[in-house]
Amino acid sequence: MKSIILQTATRYLLPILLLFSFFLLLRGHYYPGGGFVGGLVASIAFVLHSFANGTESTMKILGYKPLSLIPIGLATSTVSVTVPLLFGLPPMTGLWFEEPIPVIGMIGSALFFDIGVYLVVIGVVLTILFTIALND
Amino acid sequence: MIDNHILAPIFVQLFTAIIQLICWRKTVTQRYLSVGGSLIGLMVAFRLFGRVQESGILTMNAANWDAPFGIVFVADMLSVTLVLLTSIACFAVSLFSSVGLSRQRMLYGYFPIFHFLIMGLHGAFLTGDIFNLYVYFEVIIISSFVLMTLGGRKAQLEGAVKYMAMNILASMFFLTGIGMLYGITGSLNMADLSIRIQEVQNKALIGITSCFFLIGFGIKSAVFPLYYWLPSSYHTPPSAVAATFGGLLTKVGIYAMLRVFSLIFVPDDFIRTLLMVIAVFTILTGALGALIKTNIRRFFSYLIVCHIGFMMGGIAMFSKVALMGAVFYLIHDIMVKTNMFLVAGLIRQLGGTMDMSKLGGLYRNYPKISLLIAIVLFSLVGIPPLSGFWPKVFLFQEAFAQHQYFYVAALIIGSFITLYVIANMWVQVFWKNIPPSAETENLFAPMPPYKKILMVLPIGLMALVTLYIGLNAEAIVKIADIISTQLIDPSAYIDAVLGNKTD
Repeated sequence: MKSIILQTATRYLLPILLLFSFFLLLRGHYYPGGGFVGGLVASIAFVLHSFANGTESTMKILGYKPLSLIPIGLATSTVSVTVPLLFGLPPMTGLWFEEPIPVIGMIGSALFFDIGVYLVVIGVVLTILFTIALND
Repeated sequence: MIDNHILAPIFVQLFTAIIQLICWRKTVTQRYLSVGGSLIGLMVAFRLFGRVQESGILTMNAANWDAPFGIVFVADMLSVTLVLLTSIACFAVSLFSSVGLSRQRMLYGYFPIFHFLIMGLHGAFLTGDIFNLYVYFEVIIISSFVLMTLGGRKAQLEGAVKYMAMNILASMFFLTGIGMLYGITGSLNMADLSIRIQEVQNKALIGITSCFFLIGFGIKSAVFPLYYWLPSSYHTPPSAVAATFGGLLTKVGIYAMLRVFSLIFVPDDFIRTLLMVIAVFTILTGALGALIKTNIRRFFSYLIVCHIGFMMGGIAMFSKVALMGAVFYLIHDIMVKTNMFLVAGLIRQLGGTMDMSKLGGLYRNYPKISLLIAIVLFSLVGIPPLSGFWPKVFLFQEAFAQHQYFYVAALIIGSFITLYVIANMWVQVFWKNIPPSAETENLFAPMPPYKKILMVLPIGLMALVTLYIGLNAEAIVKIADIISTQLIDPSAYIDAVLGNKTD
């Protein structure tokens, strides 16, 4: 399916969707939302790109296999869960930096947990979709 | 008492799995990681067991949210005993699978998934929140689907479909039950539920809810009439996988039943009678099924069903002695059943098949290994000094005290049929000469010596644990005594979870 409209639209949609997914990822701080939705939106951006330009070219802009995102994401999340143990707190307790960071706001262990979830979701969705697409 | 480190067994398994995912496709590294991770897990589990024995029930409020608002993890004697047994089984299976599995299966992520499965088991045993229990059940069944289908042979997929359909149905029942329970009481914390459920006026509604849990856990632990998925799926995956499944998965159902029916729905007469009827039929159908099968793993599967009935009967009688019997049987069963399937895998290596009519002469060729296997088999049957005998003493004692003569009859029949099929297997596989028509191939002899050792070592290790359970039964009885006291009177559990609000 090569459509010039879709290809042109995707060129602009890909960065916008990625930015939006990043916004959703950060929004999960104190509000509902976060890593899971952000990850889905980000993977939709790549899926759209693969629809327009073919799976191979999407793999090329990703650079490496999406499968490798899964362990990285899992490790990030798990480490953020276990770090409070070092401070004598129960696992999963939110730890926060004292000072807010411009634009992003307060940074805490919850953000790292969400980043982990974000990566795992992208990894899982893209692995499944690419496997199906390449088998056709 | 609050201890923030009770989740250590879970994290050890999780980290092992993650590191193995990073080493995707490096099967040799994964093997070392698996054995190393299991060994660390085992030591952590020992430490946790020691701490609970020393200082009583430990709790941990996840994310520092006080119970009953947050998710609480509780390590009482029952939980840590099962965590310890799971860790021992995990170590043995991990050793066995490092040589007993084809490289093809390892390439598709056998080891990480195996450790996720063990993580799920640890979590299910340690959690104190009923919804969290459901989540861990999901972790377990999703990992087990993958393990069951890895390899993708036709028979495997057929077994996996049955397994998956029944287990998803079980999860649905379980989840519906949780929904109803939350609707009635407004809480998910098991200790909190235990208090709140006594204040509910509508007892009929609670009875119905408890039936949802009974069906859900019943399917998972494979009781009559919901067991048929087990014998039709457990003989299909490789032996290392079947060992984990046969030894541990159905026992999670029994654990959940013990927990939920002691803490939340204390069984009334109706539920007790129902459980007892189920128990008797489970024993009888499982035993009769085992009689007619000639494939080793198939009749082992029926024996799992049969022996689940023994434990169900213990829960049905719901008294201190009966629960002691059930818990002791659970401890013995996890060790022996895991080992049985490993033995089945070893026999397959020795004889090239699992069909008893085609096997034979193993005793003549491998007397030492045969004697080792004999220990396992005799423990399963329950020849007096060995581990299967002691729990039955308690079960018989209580069954006579409560005049449950049908159960007594079922216990006797179940035990004798177990004895018969095991004796039959011994004769067919070990004593009989190899039938001349059968073409057997010995896969064991050409293996290098270190592989042979790795294959026999886990069986020997677990046989040692079984011998310890049998010969030092007094220690196990003491543990079972503490567990059954905590189960009959859950106030210590409730205090440990909720009591820390006051100080």
